[in-house]
This record gives sequence, C-alpha cells and structure tokens, in this order.
Amino acid sequence: MNLIQIKDVSFNYPTKKDTLKHVSFDVKKGTFTCIVGENGSGKSTLLKCILNLNKGYTGEIIKPERIGYLPQKNFIQSNFPASIEEVVLSGTIGNNIKSIFYKKEDKETAKKVMKELEIYDIRKTCFADLSGGQQQRVLIARALCATDEIIILDEPTNGLDPSISIQIYELLDALKNNDNITILMVSHDIERATTYADEVIELEDGEIKFIGTPSSFKQGGAK
Amino acid sequence: MVQTLIEMMSHAFIQRAMLVGTLVSLCAALLGVSLVLKRYSMIGDGLSHVGFGVLTVATALGVSSPLYIAIPIVTITAIVLLRIGNNSKIKSDSSIALISSSALAIGVAITSVTTGMNTDVCNFMFGSILAMSKGDVVLSVVVSIIVALLFIIYYRKLFTVTFDEDFAKASGLKAGRYTNLIAVLTALVIVVGMRMMGVMLISSIIIFPALTSMLLFKSFKKVIISSGIISVLSFLIGIYLSYLYNISTGATIVIVNLVIFILFFIIDKIINE
Repeated sequence: MNLIQIKDVSFNYPTKKDTLKHVSFDVKKGTFTCIVGENGSGKSTLLKCILNLNKGYTGEIIKPERIGYLPQKNFIQSNFPASIEEVVLSGTIGNNIKSIFYKKEDKETAKKVMKELEIYDIRKTCFADLSGGQQQRVLIARALCATDEIIILDEPTNGLDPSISIQIYELLDALKNNDNITILMVSHDIERATTYADEVIELEDGEIKFIGTPSSFKQGGAK
Repeated sequence: MVQTLIEMMSHAFIQRAMLVGTLVSLCAALLGVSLVLKRYSMIGDGLSHVGFGVLTVATALGVSSPLYIAIPIVTITAIVLLRIGNNSKIKSDSSIALISSSALAIGVAITSVTTGMNTDVCNFMFGSILAMSKGDVVLSVVVSIIVALLFIIYYRKLFTVTFDEDFAKASGLKAGRYTNLIAVLTALVIVVGMRMMGVMLISSIIIFPALTSMLLFKSFKKVIISSGIISVLSFLIGIYLSYLYNISTGATIVIVNLVIFILFFIIDKIINE
C-alpha cells in the first residue's frame, strides 16, 4: 500500500527556478526510504512540499493527514528552557488543535513514546543540556506523538558522531520493524543510508536521478 | 515598615498604581519569555519610543486621551516589526533601531516647537505613578486581563511555535497568527505600562524577569511562573522603595530587577561550581 504518492511535483522559489522538476515517486507503508543528493539538489524542498511548509507547488501529493516531522536541527536555540517532557508533549498539538490544554490521551501518548525511546526517566531534564544524539531521540519522540504512521526526518544525523548516528539509524529501523512506522528521511550519509534503507531516491538539480533498492544504487554508484 | 505601608496605601494614586503595576508587570513578564527567546528583546524599546512619538503628537494636537490613539499605532508597528523577520533587506534588529530612534526624534522635535521639555514630557520619558487618570486605570486593567487570558488560552501553542516554528507549521498551526498575537499583546502592554515605567525604562520589565528566570530554571513552565513572580515582586519592592526614598518609580523598579538578576547570576554560579 502506498502511504505517500508524489505525482509530477515541481516547485520554484521566488529567487531560484526549477528547485524541483517533475518529481514522482511513491512511499510504501512500513518501508524505510532515504532521499540522498548533493546540497541544493532539492531534498529539503521536497520534504517541505510534502509537509505543506512550501506552498504553491504544481502536481499532486497524496499523503496521510498526520505526519511526524523532525526538522533540521539548527532551528532550535541552544539556551531554550524546555524540559524533555514539554518538547515531546508539544508533538501532540496537531491532534487536538482547538483545545486549550493538553488532553489526557495526549499525555498518555507522550508517556508511552518516552518510555519506548527510553527518555521517560530523564523527562524533567532540560532539552538544551542533552547531547546531540539524545536531542534527536527527543525530537523523534515528539514526531511520534503526532502520528503512528509515518515520520519524515531532515538530516537527523547531521553533526553527530558516527557511533551516535548508527544508534539513530538503529532506532529508526526498530520503529519500522516493531511499530510498522514508515520512515522517509533525507540524508547526506550515503553509506549508512544505503545500509538501513529499503529504497533509495537520489535527487540531482531537482530531478530524480535514481530510484531503487540500495544494492542497485551501490552498483550504479560504482560505475 | 508596616506603618509606612499603611500610610502609603492610604493614597488613592498609590492604590491605582499598585493595581495597574501588578497586572502590567505580570503581563510584561509572560510575554517577555517568548520575546527574549525569539530574540526580540529590543522590540519593547522600539515600541515604547513609537508610543512616545504618538503621545507627543497627540498632546500637541490637544487630544484628551492620547492612549486611545497610541494603542492602534503601536500595535501596527509591532506587527510590522515582528513580521519583517530576518528575511528582508533590513534585518529586524536594525529596523527596530531605525523606527525607535526616528519616533523618539520626531517626539522630541515636536516637543521643542510646542510645549518644550516640561513636566508632562519628563513624565512620558521616565514615568510617573501620578500621571494616571481614572480612565487610564480602567483601560490598563481591562487590557492586562485580556493579555493574561489570551496568554493562558494560547500557552501551549505559543510554546510549540516559539520552540520550533517549522514543526508547529507541519502540525497545522498557523505560526504567523501566533507571531501576530505576541506582537499585539506586547504593544498593548507597552502602551499601558509606559505611563508608569516611562518610555526609557518600560522595555526592561519585559526583558529582565525572563532573563533572570532563564539563569536558574530549565523548563518553559517554570521560567514563565518564575518570571511572573519576579516581575510582580520587583514592582512591589520598587514602588515601596520609591515611595520611601522619593526616587523615580520606574528607575527603582528597574534597579530592583537588576539586583535580583545579579542574585540569580551568583546563585547559578555557586550551584554550577
């Protein structure tokens, strides 16, 4: 079953033409898909179109109503006073957007996710005091509070030590296998992306250059 | 001390100032946390200068209740400043400085050709608890209650947007709407607080409590609560000292805020040793 269908999507920024050119692909339910490519190839732009952060694209995107999102990390300030619990709980905001306070079920969801990701015992800790890897774990927990279907991640291992990066990939892999959560992520790290992904999509100058399994991607890359 | 307090509270103007000051300090502190985190610390300064410009023009034109004119104009300025963001040609910190000094200059120029630097103008600049009429008090109380209520109603959304705007947008929140809300609320607090704190000092009650709280507290909720308490406490101590030693109220409140900030700074250093 296709969870996301991208049909002939093109997008231009006011200052940059042809950021995306006629991109089409599907993301199957319960798979791990990696989008790779150079800087400026349109990877993040594509994610933002899927998430409705970029308006005015042409073509069609069919997607579930609720998507968990992990933005590129540099948006969050280093001295922001927020506990892990507050950050994770804020992930539920889209579930009951009209209500004034968090509902009991939101708090339950947050608790369940924090336990699963082993951050429940440190939930009162300040987000800013965590290591890079732990911060990503918290942001993945926040994304999971928004959905139990699919999470979209924008370079979640950027700036992390290789050993910590592997932990993040292992975690995503476990979420896919144990909870049947679909993973769509953008990555620079082609080697590890191809180790864990079921499908690799390579973008170049806003167009799909390659789409297929990691093994055929590696063969293509070796040429 | 008790006797001084009783004597102090017997004055109607002090009672009015206490009421308005407590509410305005609370609101300023609530909004201050979001503004400091969004790096808009200086917006209070800019808006109060615009307020000063409007008040001088209104006074020169003989308008009887200049606050009613100041509120819409300062609100529009606030929205423009917050919405400019960092994407435009002139960065937001520069645009605040630009608008701030221009408005102050216009205000001072108009004052020079009309009334000159009289007590009224001095009161605008440095605040006076005597300056508030009954109408001002009612307006200030109503505005403060609206600000506090809206803050509570939108608390979790304001947190989500302040922490991570992109995630908030992806969750379906209209992030721009909450930026506007903060802008409008800030403008309201500035205008009603300006009479008491003065144009030069009002921005400090927005910034100080938030910065002080962020030294020690590490969750958003605790920082908000602590800011509210510090702000109200600084106001009450400030107005008492100002009455006792006959010092300018606005200045005393800022100094009390500064002392608490230094205290927290030292406590933080001791804890982290």
